[in-house]
Amino acid sequence: MEKILLEIKNLSKNYHNKQNEIKAIANLNLNIYQDEILAIVGPSGCGKSTFLSILSGIEKESSGKIIKHLNLKTGYMLQTDSLFPWLTIKNNALLPLTIKKELTNDNINKVINLFNKYGLQEFTELYPKNLSGGMRQRVALIRTLADNPNLLLLDEPYSALDYQTRLALSNDLYNIIKQERKTAILITHDIAEAISLADRVVVLSTRPCHIKKIYNINLANKTDPINNRKDPKFNYYYDLIWRDLDVHI
Amino acid sequence: MSTFSKEHIDYLKKEQKYKIIIHITQTFILIFLFLIWQILANTNVINVFLYSSPKLIIETIIDLIKQQILFSHIIVTLYEVLLSFLISIIISLIIATILWWNKFLSKVFSPFLTILNSLPKVALGPLIIIWAGANINSIIIMSLLISTFITIINLHEAFISTNKNYIILLKSMGASKIDIYKKVIIQSNKANIINSLKINLSMNFIGVIMGELLVSKKGLGYLIMYASSIFNIKLVITSIIILGFLSFILYSIISYLEKKLL
Ligand SMILES: Nc1ncnc2c1ncn2[C@@H]1O[C@H](COP(=O)(O)OP(=O)(O)O)[C@@H](O)[C@H]1O
Ligand SMILES: [Mg+2]
Repeated sequence: MEKILLEIKNLSKNYHNKQNEIKAIANLNLNIYQDEILAIVGPSGCGKSTFLSILSGIEKESSGKIIKHLNLKTGYMLQTDSLFPWLTIKNNALLPLTIKKELTNDNINKVINLFNKYGLQEFTELYPKNLSGGMRQRVALIRTLADNPNLLLLDEPYSALDYQTRLALSNDLYNIIKQERKTAILITHDIAEAISLADRVVVLSTRPCHIKKIYNINLANKTDPINNRKDPKFNYYYDLIWRDLDVHI
Repeated sequence: MSTFSKEHIDYLKKEQKYKIIIHITQTFILIFLFLIWQILANTNVINVFLYSSPKLIIETIIDLIKQQILFSHIIVTLYEVLLSFLISIIISLIIATILWWNKFLSKVFSPFLTILNSLPKVALGPLIIIWAGANINSIIIMSLLISTFITIINLHEAFISTNKNYIILLKSMGASKIDIYKKVIIQSNKANIINSLKINLSMNFIGVIMGELLVSKKGLGYLIMYASSIFNIKLVITSIIILGFLSFILYSIISYLEKKLL
């Protein structure tokens, strides 16, 4: 971990409505390094999605600083695939380029290459309803990659899917991030997914969230996410993070 | 994917047959009703002077054609309906868009819209005639008053309940508000817009006939008014049936558009 891609300093975010003020993020400090996969876990409703929507520019921070380096460009992926049912798979994936008016032949070919590379070439002219949930999320990932961002913001991307599909997709996701040489922030409520995918795992406090702990995941033999789950040190991290999250029912 | 199994082809055939049977049944119900009506008339169970009969209606239609006045009445009504339909749809789309665009305006105007919509427009009839004159203007205004407010309200409702995730997604790509409008709001509300067209059309029929009853010298509403004033019941009923047929045709055109677009 060398080059810093993003510095987040004393970030705070409050929401306001008639009844009260909701403090979602309070004094959050974090650096994101180039080429890392950073997983974020935290109690539900603690402000994780808020954090990503600030980084993606959808929401504005209340105070604090976000310093971007190295021409930072973000790509945002939501929990639901949110593919537009009225567009073909290909046109869905081209959406970021359409919006940014960057639909050059060169860029279109890059997206088509992604389709070929990740086994979706036969689906490009179909509509989202013709694809399974797993396939649709794969298309959503390609859409996120379409305008070539260097930082992927992934907000519980697979949590709406069943466990088997999620396992397969986490391998998929890992390979795609590494092959395309992206940096990624992955929000997940699945501790195992966080440890098996990420270089670092950030544990957030309850709302308003700040950083509670950061773990560098040093597995004995790091390979792909499914195999990482069998690593001797996997359970060690699992127990630590589980305790940090301190779930009471 | 292009070749279906036999089971699937059978299924498609069955569906096709089912649809045909529904149409045949509907046709039979109509024929049956008219037949009963005719029989009741022939056996003097009902008074044909008051209730007319299918045979009389056909004769009336032929009569109207011979006198060369049927189509001119139909055309006038059709013209008024289509004109007010077009104006109403354009106005509604523009205003619904403005209200979606600007939350302040939508907050300010929503109670006014609700009141205007629930006001019985026929109560405004005399005023409209005084202001706009006893001519086609009054008819168009009446039709617009009846259809526009409800269409604005429906379209605006649809626009603001568009899937939030679609909008978040586009925002994350740096989309402008006009992008969101063109790429999401309009696209995802096509079905709602077509539904509004249908409601609008029915409202325009109501409005135009109401207007014609009040002021006109031509059109099916006028024909009904005129016929009832000279107690020509068969002409009243004929006009109403033609009216029903007309609205059925226009409705079918929109349904056809719906199938094409969605
Ligand atoms: N647009 C908003 N307006 C008001 N409150 C919000 C908004 N978005 C999120 N919140 C509130 O902020 C808190 C954090 O939400 P969120 O970031 O979605 O949590 P998480 O993703 O960790 O589950 C929650 O209490 C939520 O109700
Ligand atoms: Mg969330």
